[in-house]
Amino acid sequence: MIAEIFMAVGILAGLGLLFAIVLAVAYKKLRVEEDPRIDEVEEMLPHANCGACGEPGCRVFAEKVVANEVKISKCTVSSQAAIERIAAYLGVEAGKEEKRVARLLCAGGRKEAHSLAEYAGTLRTCRGEAVVAGGPKACAWGCLGLGDCVDVCDFDALYLNDDGLPTVIPDKCTACGDCVEICPKNLFELMPESRKLIVQCKSLLEGSLAESKCSVACTACGRCVADAPEGLIEIRSNLAVVNYELNHLSSPEATLRCPTNAIVWVEGQQFEKRPTVWLPLGRVEKYTEDI
Amino acid sequence: MIGTAQNELKDRLLTFRHGVHPEEFKELSNHQRIERMPFVEEYILPLLQHIGAPSKPLVHKGQRVRRGDMVAEPGSFVSVALHTPVDGTVTDVGLYGHPNGQMLPAIRIKADPFSTQQLDQPPQRQPEELSKAEFIAAIQQAGIVGLGGAAFPAHVKFNIPEDKPCRHLMLNGCECEPFLTCDHRVMVEYAEELIDGTRILQRFVQAEKVSIAIEANKPDAVIALREASSRAGFPMEVVPLKVKYPQGAEKMMISAILGEEVPAGKLPIDVGVLVSNVGTIVALSQYFRQSQPLVERVITVTGTAVRRPANVLVPLGTPMRDLVEFCGGVTEAATRILLGGPMMGIVQKSLDTPVVKGTSGILVLTEREVQDIDTFSCIRCGRCLEACPLFLNPARLGLLARKGLWDDMEDYNALDCFECGSCSYVCPSGIPLVQSIKIGKAMIRERK
Repeated sequence: MIAEIFMAVGILAGLGLLFAIVLAVAYKKLRVEEDPRIDEVEEMLPHANCGACGEPGCRVFAEKVVANEVKISKCTVSSQAAIERIAAYLGVEAGKEEKRVARLLCAGGRKEAHSLAEYAGTLRTCRGEAVVAGGPKACAWGCLGLGDCVDVCDFDALYLNDDGLPTVIPDKCTACGDCVEICPKNLFELMPESRKLIVQCKSLLEGSLAESKCSVACTACGRCVADAPEGLIEIRSNLAVVNYELNHLSSPEATLRCPTNAIVWVEGQQFEKRPTVWLPLGRVEKYTEDI
Repeated sequence: MIGTAQNELKDRLLTFRHGVHPEEFKELSNHQRIERMPFVEEYILPLLQHIGAPSKPLVHKGQRVRRGDMVAEPGSFVSVALHTPVDGTVTDVGLYGHPNGQMLPAIRIKADPFSTQQLDQPPQRQPEELSKAEFIAAIQQAGIVGLGGAAFPAHVKFNIPEDKPCRHLMLNGCECEPFLTCDHRVMVEYAEELIDGTRILQRFVQAEKVSIAIEANKPDAVIALREASSRAGFPMEVVPLKVKYPQGAEKMMISAILGEEVPAGKLPIDVGVLVSNVGTIVALSQYFRQSQPLVERVITVTGTAVRRPANVLVPLGTPMRDLVEFCGGVTEAATRILLGGPMMGIVQKSLDTPVVKGTSGILVLTEREVQDIDTFSCIRCGRCLEACPLFLNPARLGLLARKGLWDDMEDYNALDCFECGSCSYVCPSGIPLVQSIKIGKAMIRERK
């Protein structure tokens, strides 16, 4: 009896020792030399794995930062203090990256945009609506307002406002691009915060036809083009397009005479300051005197 | 006569495995003769009426056009020409509502008040004189696309690679979608043209065998085509198939008739089969014998909310509103308009969109048929697995789509799904399966 116990213990101990030796040899022989700083840097990164830096994840980004292939400031999720800490740790320059945020290029919420039909499907997502005749809105380009982008955002940077429009909170937005990808109408664009002059419309219709579908549509009237410095804005396929290479020339002046508020000057959050007086729907030239 | 055919059909009917059998509703319009739709005031011809690149407009505002004139040329190889069905004046080339819900470039034509639907051009091109390349180019110039619904350019399909011989030319007259009867009526009333078009195509693709598949609920079409083929002395096998959805999907039809499976991601021609819809073949014959490019097609206007369900020969570009008016309009109970059949049709939000080459039917339904059911959790009953004709796992795919796991969906072969809707049809929990899979497929394609 005793002998059997000793034998069992002995066999297990022998096996344990054998595997320990194999592991020890493997550890020495098969070891991959890796810069220990990669682990340290990864630890200091936010672990969001969001892809905003353009890399597949935080680990790869850390590797590239240590190899000095990219600047640390590419990580838009880290706070300025965290970036400086990593820069100090590695003894490199932090670099300067302008903060970018996602902007929604549609302002046609429930109050502004007309609907032709009612969506009765049980799949209450924008993508679900978009597969049935492009959604119920009269405007084929407009935001469907069911918040696929809100669901997909990992940073709680989006919420649906009371008009049914997804609103980006610039302080929380990391420009990771998830909302850009999920939007079935491709309405999001990642823009540097310095771009304050924004055309919040993608409708390619002209004049009263565009306005008949949505009261904040760009009607391609060309007033913003006339009011802005030359070359800053042009009308391209019935839509005002801002040439952001001349962004330093832009000013709120270009937005003042816009009859539909399609072009706006955004400081911080979108859809914040709405004009207090609402113009009647389908308004045409003759109404301007009355107001 | 029809009685004996029905008895014969009962004996042994070929079919595929899985699938569903929805209520047919074909009796609303399957005995209505094809009527010719008179011209209306205005026509809208979208430049994208087919799969592939949009056509390039050849006309400008104010230009006069005559019926059959080419108004847009093919934009690339996978693209076809577009012709005006009416004499008139081009009033605009701009953005108009498309049946798919987008606003897309289209040509608007105002019809002359007294234009005629008679074609005055004599037949010019005898198909027997053409070489293969000329034949392919001629079909592209004629604007012919598959009229079954997908509107895939016919010349691309008929341009068979040299290394893949076509053993079997199979005509598709299944029409498995409930309600639709346009192919049925075409087979009965255009049997001569159908045989003629088949003869033309058979000569070019060098098919050894020709057969036409018809679901057994159309015994008069089976008889009409058997008679027409013996009259014309053209050997063509008329194969009645079991009434089951989606029997008319080409892969299902091949599996029913030949018992062969087309591998995932491959085309029927990879197993030596060429499948074509019957309407396409009739269009082919009409082009070569009467010089008429594809300017009109047969459309079923039906549904319980249509006053006078009918099969109508409609000039392409006719606004749907006019077509529905021609069929007596809709009753007050109308709640939903679909383009195509109830299984795969697209919901419309407005009747202002025009009829395009891929439109096979307009279906107006009442509250009774479109009742929305609540969605419950999946109870793992496996009915969707038994319904899926491709042996996919719709329950799994639907779940992955709702979780946003697009890469996993691809591993489960979501891209093979052709969106027949059988899974959603059978789901006792009312889960929108095919709808979720559609979204997943779009996401997978966008991310590539």
